[in-house]
Amino acid sequence: MASHAALPHRRFVRQPVLALLVTALIAVLLGLPFLSVAPNRLVTGQGVPLAAVLEGAWWGLLAPVVLLAAAAWVPPQRALHVTTTVAAVALLVGLVALAGAAAGQSSAQGPALARVSLGGGFWLALLLAWAVVADALPRVGWGRWWQMATHALLLGALALLLAGGALDALSLLKEYAQRQDVFQAALWRHLQIVGTTLVPALLIGVPLGLAAARRPRLAQPLFAVLNLIQTVPSIALFGLLIAPLARLGQAWPGWGLQGIGLLPAVIALTLYALLPIVHGVVSGLQQVPATVIEAATGMGMSPRQRFRQVELPLALPVLLSALRLTTVQLVGLAVVAALIGAGGLGAIIFQGLLSSALDLVLLGVLPVVALALAADAAFRLLTPAGRPP
Amino acid sequence: MIDLREVCKSFGATRAVDGVSLRIEPGRITALIGASGSGKSTLLRLINRLVECDSGQILLDGQDIRAGPPEALRRRIGYVIQSIGLFPHWTVARNIATVPVLLGWPAAQVAARVDELLTLLGLDPASYRDRYPHQLSGGQQQRVGVARALAARPTLLLMDEPFGALDPLTRQTLQQELARIQQALGSTIVLVTHDIDEALRLGQRLVLLDHGRIVQAGTPADLLARPVSAQVGDFLGRATLGARLLGQRNVAEILRRGEAADGEALRPDQTLQEALAAFLTRRVERLPVVDAQAAPLGAIRFIDLLRDPP
Repeated sequence: MASHAALPHRRFVRQPVLALLVTALIAVLLGLPFLSVAPNRLVTGQGVPLAAVLEGAWWGLLAPVVLLAAAAWVPPQRALHVTTTVAAVALLVGLVALAGAAAGQSSAQGPALARVSLGGGFWLALLLAWAVVADALPRVGWGRWWQMATHALLLGALALLLAGGALDALSLLKEYAQRQDVFQAALWRHLQIVGTTLVPALLIGVPLGLAAARRPRLAQPLFAVLNLIQTVPSIALFGLLIAPLARLGQAWPGWGLQGIGLLPAVIALTLYALLPIVHGVVSGLQQVPATVIEAATGMGMSPRQRFRQVELPLALPVLLSALRLTTVQLVGLAVVAALIGAGGLGAIIFQGLLSSALDLVLLGVLPVVALALAADAAFRLLTPAGRPP
Repeated sequence: MIDLREVCKSFGATRAVDGVSLRIEPGRITALIGASGSGKSTLLRLINRLVECDSGQILLDGQDIRAGPPEALRRRIGYVIQSIGLFPHWTVARNIATVPVLLGWPAAQVAARVDELLTLLGLDPASYRDRYPHQLSGGQQQRVGVARALAARPTLLLMDEPFGALDPLTRQTLQQELARIQQALGSTIVLVTHDIDEALRLGQRLVLLDHGRIVQAGTPADLLARPVSAQVGDFLGRATLGARLLGQRNVAEILRRGEAADGEALRPDQTLQEALAAFLTRRVERLPVVDAQAAPLGAIRFIDLLRDPP
């Protein structure tokens, strides 16, 4: 009976989401390899379970797991959410530190070429612990600055481990050590591609959005075209641009037009970015209440005054959120641009894929994820806090 | 003064306003009444050019309203709408200051005017000035809406069902406040409403519209006592016509000075509708009348309610 299930005394597990996450966490820590050790970087490694690396004080890492498991049975309250957050953050940092320490020990004992990589158990446990943080943190209810501060603390601890050399023995960091210059150049190039794309995307997208918001007749065909572009696979779009741009380059040699490199990448990414930007402008302006616009007109504002003083500020939160999504999307799409010689972190990823060096792939993927998250966080900070309608 | 001459406006095949000629006297409240779709809102919006008329002419203080840009016209005319339409991203003070800022008033003068208006509308400036619209109740929001419309001392105030979305109690309070403010400032107000009681309570002149045409115009007592057609009578509420008519007159009109009566006293400024209620609920034929200081003035008799107004 549904009514019985809703009775409080019937609810045994008080926090089902937490219970699910912790169960999965324990399962991946027990069932999947925590690390993997290979004789060299190109060979698939042998899995190492968590039990094999837990020794001495590291057993203390199980304390937050037990705490989280117990928390699922306690009714939700602020103090508990704080405890949950602290335990999950401690677990997250602890897992990374443990992986670094275990790799150090293993490579000190093993052959010089041996590589210690992070196993599936590690990655999934990391993801689940982070999900626990993401679930518990907003429920503490201390506002978004506290959430930001907690994330900053977490990232700071990880950065400290990284900078202190605690993780240097991991294969991922060895790949980095070998390609430090290439990595840094690729990172800058990636930022350059995304940054350069945002300029034309905004310069074209915002006016198009304004025009579409004013004239619904224009909006329909415009969105049809933009949707169509969005459905073209990125590799195909990059490829399609090579030939015409190369021909243009031959026709006007002085202009530096090329079929490969930064230019076609920026053009293709701009085309992809147009849909979310135009959509953001249109929906941002459309959600401004008609009565507010009528009042502004009735008070004697000119169309320009009305736009700048009323419509734009009220549309801005939606617009910024569209820009945030666009930027996150571009950080990911810019990876593919490496295929037409634009460089960026994609170059490292594809090099890793071609040489079956998984840690090299990770070296490219992790900063892409970090960049996307950083862009997301930066725009969230920029966006004014939501106002009730 | 507003002078509408043979004004027409169509939307597609519908004639929303169909040859209306009307003089609106200054310093009074004129209520445009009628069922929905009668064209009363369109007529109001023609005056501040939110809707442009197809033919005819509208003069404001002797000048064609189409002589200058519409923005300049609208800044001279206060505008209050049912949905209020406060700017959600601006504080109460900034909302009220909208038109003065558009007109380029100096900041100190704007701030002083904002406080003056908040006080006029019964909102304490110190505690309301810096609030945002969503922090106010519906009644408070419409008070701010009225203050915003009055900010630049407009010659004319247009109100489109200003209190329609409020609960009855708040609506009645705001109607009283509006009547008080109108008397204090001597403003010219054109009020659109479909609420006949609101029209009778506030309107010094009523204009009843149907299908874009004026059916009858006159004082409330005129319309109630001499409706031009059965349809007008129906709209004014045939069943309660008599009581509404008494609502237009006050106790002072039928006061017999020097006479004495027992029981709870009435004041001379109460309406005869209230007096009727007192007669019926207390089952008496005479009621005493006292002044504001509770000094006896005389009495009124039930039979005098049937006397023709002077």
